Amino acid sequence: MKWPAIGYLRAGSLEDVWRARAEHGAAAQILAGGQTLLATLAFRLSEPKILIDITRIPALRGIAVQAGVLRIGALTRHAELARDPLVARHAPLLAEAAPLIAHPAIRNRGTIGGSLAYADPAAELPACVVALGATIVAASPAGERRIAAAAFFTGLLSTALRDDEVIAAVEVPVATPATRSAIVEVARRSGDYAMAGLAACLEMDGPRIATARLVFLGVGAVPALAAGAGAALAGRALDGAAIAAAQAALDADLDPPADLHGPPEMKRHLARVLLGRALGRFLPEAEKAA
Amino acid sequence: MNEIPTPASIGLSREDLPNSYIGRSVPRPNVPKLVQGRATYTDDVVLPRMLHAAFLRSPYAHARIVSVDASAAMQVPGVIRVFTGADIAKVCDPWVAVLAHLKGMKSAPQHPLPLDRATWQGEPVVAVVADSRAAAEDGVASLRVDWDPLPVQVEMETALAPGAVVIHPELGDNLVFTRTAAQGDVDAAFAAAHKVVEATFVTGRHTGVTLEPRSIIADYNRADGTLTVHHSTQAPHMMQTVFAKHLRMEEGDVRVICKDVGGSFGIKVHVYPDEVAVAAMSRILGRPVKFVADRFESFSSDIHARDHRIKGRIAVDAQGKILGFDIDDLTGIGPYSVYPRTSAIEGNQVVNLCGGPYDFANYRCTTTVVLQNKAPTCQYRAVGHPIATAVTEGLVDLAARAIGMDPIEMRRRNLLRDDAYPFTSPAGMRFEGLSHHASLDKLLEMVPVERIRADQAEQRKKGVYRGLGIAAFIELTNPSPFMYGIGGARISAQDGATVRMDPDGSVVVASGVTEQGQGTEAILAQIVAHGVGVPVGRVKVITGDTQNTPYGGGTWACRGAGIGGEAALQSAVALKQQILVVAGAMLQAAPETLDIVLGQVVDKATGAERISLAEIGRIVYFRGDTLPKDLPREFVQTRHFITKEYPFAFTNGIQACWVEVDTATGMVKLLEHWCVEDCGRVINPLLVDEQVRGGIVQGLGGALYEHCVYDAEGNLLTTTMADYLVPMSAEMPEIHVGHVETPTKESLLGAKGAGEAGTAGAPGALMNAINDALAPLGAVVTEQPFTPARILRALGTI
Repeated sequence: MKWPAIGYLRAGSLEDVWRARAEHGAAAQILAGGQTLLATLAFRLSEPKILIDITRIPALRGIAVQAGVLRIGALTRHAELARDPLVARHAPLLAEAAPLIAHPAIRNRGTIGGSLAYADPAAELPACVVALGATIVAASPAGERRIAAAAFFTGLLSTALRDDEVIAAVEVPVATPATRSAIVEVARRSGDYAMAGLAACLEMDGPRIATARLVFLGVGAVPALAAGAGAALAGRALDGAAIAAAQAALDADLDPPADLHGPPEMKRHLARVLLGRALGRFLPEAEKAA
Repeated sequence: MNEIPTPASIGLSREDLPNSYIGRSVPRPNVPKLVQGRATYTDDVVLPRMLHAAFLRSPYAHARIVSVDASAAMQVPGVIRVFTGADIAKVCDPWVAVLAHLKGMKSAPQHPLPLDRATWQGEPVVAVVADSRAAAEDGVASLRVDWDPLPVQVEMETALAPGAVVIHPELGDNLVFTRTAAQGDVDAAFAAAHKVVEATFVTGRHTGVTLEPRSIIADYNRADGTLTVHHSTQAPHMMQTVFAKHLRMEEGDVRVICKDVGGSFGIKVHVYPDEVAVAAMSRILGRPVKFVADRFESFSSDIHARDHRIKGRIAVDAQGKILGFDIDDLTGIGPYSVYPRTSAIEGNQVVNLCGGPYDFANYRCTTTVVLQNKAPTCQYRAVGHPIATAVTEGLVDLAARAIGMDPIEMRRRNLLRDDAYPFTSPAGMRFEGLSHHASLDKLLEMVPVERIRADQAEQRKKGVYRGLGIAAFIELTNPSPFMYGIGGARISAQDGATVRMDPDGSVVVASGVTEQGQGTEAILAQIVAHGVGVPVGRVKVITGDTQNTPYGGGTWACRGAGIGGEAALQSAVALKQQILVVAGAMLQAAPETLDIVLGQVVDKATGAERISLAEIGRIVYFRGDTLPKDLPREFVQTRHFITKEYPFAFTNGIQACWVEVDTATGMVKLLEHWCVEDCGRVINPLLVDEQVRGGIVQGLGGALYEHCVYDAEGNLLTTTMADYLVPMSAEMPEIHVGHVETPTKESLLGAKGAGEAGTAGAPGALMNAINDALAPLGAVVTEQPFTPARILRALGTI
């Protein structure tokens, strides 16, 4: 399929974006890595009149640590997440997630801002930012607005982003020695969207779990924060019994739809398996052997 | 038999016999062109005044076309014309895809674009021709079609039941074809058997995803009344006939040119309505029209295959001797049988091939071929073989388990003996010579069975479930006219080659078989270099042009090497003899005392160089006055070849698959795979190995990933590469390939087909491996693809 005829504008600054939007309104579409948008154009699922290419805007780039927060520019490519030393040190969950995203060609172009704005519930990064308790920084002509990741994803492919906003950055609380994070998923082939996945982030208090944020991907309309399972873990020592309790609580947390891969009960089952596998990594060595 | 000198046959190393290319891994001459992007695919061809076509395809599985309003589309910039079914029908006659030897077969007339009713989602209905593909798609988007959706018949299981939607009322029902093969007394054998085991198998509807999609440019020239078609096809001469017949032209006025083809797998040997529509539109417009299917269109309009449900029973005695097979096959083929090979062949092959590797007396197999509102199915790589092999080998494994016998021992006891030939199978297939036991022996040399069994036991203690599966198979290759010709289809089983020497001593071979990326041209060059006696680099190959190659069938059903290769070898040997006659006259020597080695005429006894082919060429072409007046000097020789003794040259082989099943997630990890196959003479071991590997990957893909999924309304749900999962390298195991060579005696070359062996055996081997892994848990899967959901269901987890 061929794209319809489309205008193209390369923005050099956010001011360029605001100007173009003011001129073209809803007919304008932001183009970042293009890894979803370009396919939808070819399928003629969306027909914008003009693409605003934001990839040359310096304000949307860069990774830095400031005031206990890792700020990741919206244009950060997935491949950069995978190799950036600051990400590896302060948000290892994102470094672990990046290689699970699609294939190298897509990771070289796709951006974290694009992935979050598209809000695919089967994608890795939306689940990760919710698990990390990150904050989405939205920019508009009025300035910056901070949105908690947990409140950002409002429905299937929809977000709290307003029409006049773009994602400028993601702010992630830096990992501490008490942080444990893991991402696990089951995908038919490497690089496929997972049948189900789990981004888990625990804050430990000695041998006990202080808080647990368990966010499932591919099991609903939005990244699914399993609040009941998290509550079942809070305050408990991390052991087999705690994991079993969390698994038991999952059924009430999740309401997965059927898809091409299988029925809802398969997704529920895989979610339990993934929960066991993700948390199993943090068990004391003695318990792992058992 | 097969007295062509090869290094092995005369006890020399390959280095000692520099001329000997048959049996050598010669690099493919066309590889640099392919990897440097300098190939000429149909889409690379740009003609003056060329237009582009795009199709509006039916969004419904079954709907009446109430009206087509093209007024808005005609206003789109660049749009030249819009064609409906009625417009095309003015210049193009419909076809009915039946074969006379498939008794009772019926199908409905099919037009390039339907006149009043669409019968599958994705069927081309209206064409827009414009000065670019993008403009043509803009035009399609502006068409207004009024549809009247009709009830659908999607499930094949209910296609013949009372209340079924009869897709073509004039046919009376949805039955296309049924056939039963019977031998012996099945009922008595099963009644008296020590054990009878039964199972229901499902093979998933899938398709052959070619890297290069279907592509065509039709160019009707009003000045001379000719139609030239650039086409990505496997069978140029067959398509020449089709275009001529249905566009009411003389065959001689149609030329089909097929340069590089980016994969076919059987997908590109059929007549597609959109492609015929393109030819008809060019006929009407008098301008070249190009159509290249996009991936979205490919999934909904390329042929699908393998949509079968098979109920099978096997009877064995207490010693594990197979007494009989009793098989009932049902297949849904879409709304039309596909022209001209028909969509009954796959089911027919299941009847021909079940039980094929085994020695048993009682056989009954029925296939029932029915219509449904899904994309048409037809022949795809290894037609029927993966189905028959999975059913046969699945039943053999289940029987072995039922009587507590090792599956390898079960096969040892039942495989046809290597000295049993010639042999006629219970299904009526005649085997000239197979090597099941030699192949099993070779497989067991390659597969470390003891180590694998020890590892399997060790891993099970840790809750890790691994399994080893085996599948023996037969493969039908080198088809004679018994495949299609006797049914009335103008599909040549004979193929020809013309080999000529030019003045510089270089050689050109023109062949009726075609290249689709698998290396046909490479083996033709090797064979001709070997036959004439020139360096392989001095041979140029012409294929894929009905005006410039001898008439032939093209490349399908594993016939390129066995049929086309033999024609090339015989032509090359004839040219060599002719050159030696001329050289003998020049050198005052008896031709039989001379030989040709690497482009030099040499004294056969001493190897001394006497004269170069270039010098002979110079004298013959430019100073013919110096030669004896009556000396024959035709440095062009043509030979044709067709098999005569056997309807098909059957080959055989055996595969083993080693997998690990994650019983918590239902995921299957392919650990290692082995294949021993016997394609007769191996012309290029590297190419054969890669063909087998590619075939195995395609077989594993169909068994594990690939699936054309429809919903209850006949909507195709798998329309992108994200939903239709092809096998990718990351998931593929190490694949080991071994060979046993039993050349066919029908030809000097002795080659049989190799292209489908991998696909034929892989799904059955994989299924048996998964079931071996799951055996301690009491779970069995028989429904392909073996998805995590199906495995978890078999385990009782969900």
